[in-house]
Amino acid sequence: MIVYGVALLSFCMLFGVYAGNLLGELLGVNANVGGVGIAMLLLIVLSNLSNKKFHLSSASESGIYFWSAMYIPIVVAMAAKQNVIAAVSSGWLAVIAGVLAVAVSFAVIPLISRFSVDHHIDQDVE
Amino acid sequence: MDTSMLTELLINKGLVTAFLFVGLITWFSYWLSKNLTRGHVHGSAIAIAMGLGLAYLGGVYTGGNNGLADVAIFSGVALLGGSMLRDFAIIATAFGADMTAIKKAGWVGAMSVVIGVVLSFVVGAMVAVAFGYNDAISITTIGAGAATYIVGPVTGTALGASSEVVALSIAAGLVKSILVMICTPLVAKHIGLNNPQSAMVYGGLMGTTSGVAGGLAATDPKLVPYGAMTATFYTGVGCLLAPSILFFIVRYLVG
Repeated sequence: MIVYGVALLSFCMLFGVYAGNLLGELLGVNANVGGVGIAMLLLIVLSNLSNKKFHLSSASESGIYFWSAMYIPIVVAMAAKQNVIAAVSSGWLAVIAGVLAVAVSFAVIPLISRFSVDHHIDQDVE
Repeated sequence: MDTSMLTELLINKGLVTAFLFVGLITWFSYWLSKNLTRGHVHGSAIAIAMGLGLAYLGGVYTGGNNGLADVAIFSGVALLGGSMLRDFAIIATAFGADMTAIKKAGWVGAMSVVIGVVLSFVVGAMVAVAFGYNDAISITTIGAGAATYIVGPVTGTALGASSEVVALSIAAGLVKSILVMICTPLVAKHIGLNNPQSAMVYGGLMGTTSGVAGGLAATDPKLVPYGAMTATFYTGVGCLLAPSILFFIVRYLVG
């Protein structure tokens, strides 16, 4: 049943957002702390449990995959409702922040993947 | 059928109108991607850029704060692109992630996600400060936007940032996503991006799922699932860290 997948997804989101609200209250900030992240981790854990504990049929899975595939279209709609005019007035900020973030991240890739290869070789030697 | 009847229909069935609208934008974007950029710029990146462009036009036309959604017949866009359905779809993307494959990547893959989020966040936050933002919420939201165009608005919504700052964070993430798509095939050789392991590190560091998937597809399609797998975690880790630990650090530093 497709709705089982959708319901599981809904449960994860409501649980995660609730936990995020609780966490926010505990930490003394009037905000949701990582609710979406908690929900994602919960969904990953539950869907990996499913092989042993409860079986999620492929129809149920398709209920989740549908919303997963709607991710980009929803982001397009989200982009279309933003206050772009206000953002454009300091547009260089976005461009500089984006360019620098990419440049710095690219620069670090060889360092970390070399590190991972070294780590791999160590294991082979052992 | 006169036009006022049609307009009324499009307004009354706003969400359905929004589905059609986004579908048409997506179709046109993928057509442009294929015919104008020969697939170098991913269709989804063009679609998002087009969404931002239309939001600009909507703002000019109505003078409102909600972009295209302030135009009556596009009011459904506000629901489709609102935080409820957005978070729902983002959470759904985590479903593809396989625990055993993640474990195989080891701690280097996990570390690359955390390092990637923090690195982009710090760069974005520093640029925000350089542009004169001095409140912790705006700095954090823009820093989060430099991570991805999802982490930015999720963080901004959680902290209560202004729509202007949220739009900036999306724009920063969008610039990053488009750059990743365009630059990846160009720099792949120089950064050793030719095996599953470096692809996972790459996905973890860059994090923008559409950028990583688009960039790797243009480099070597076999690497896509490895990069996408770690990238899937990036948004989750970003949504977890940015409005919490990273926000507290920024608030401590800014005072």
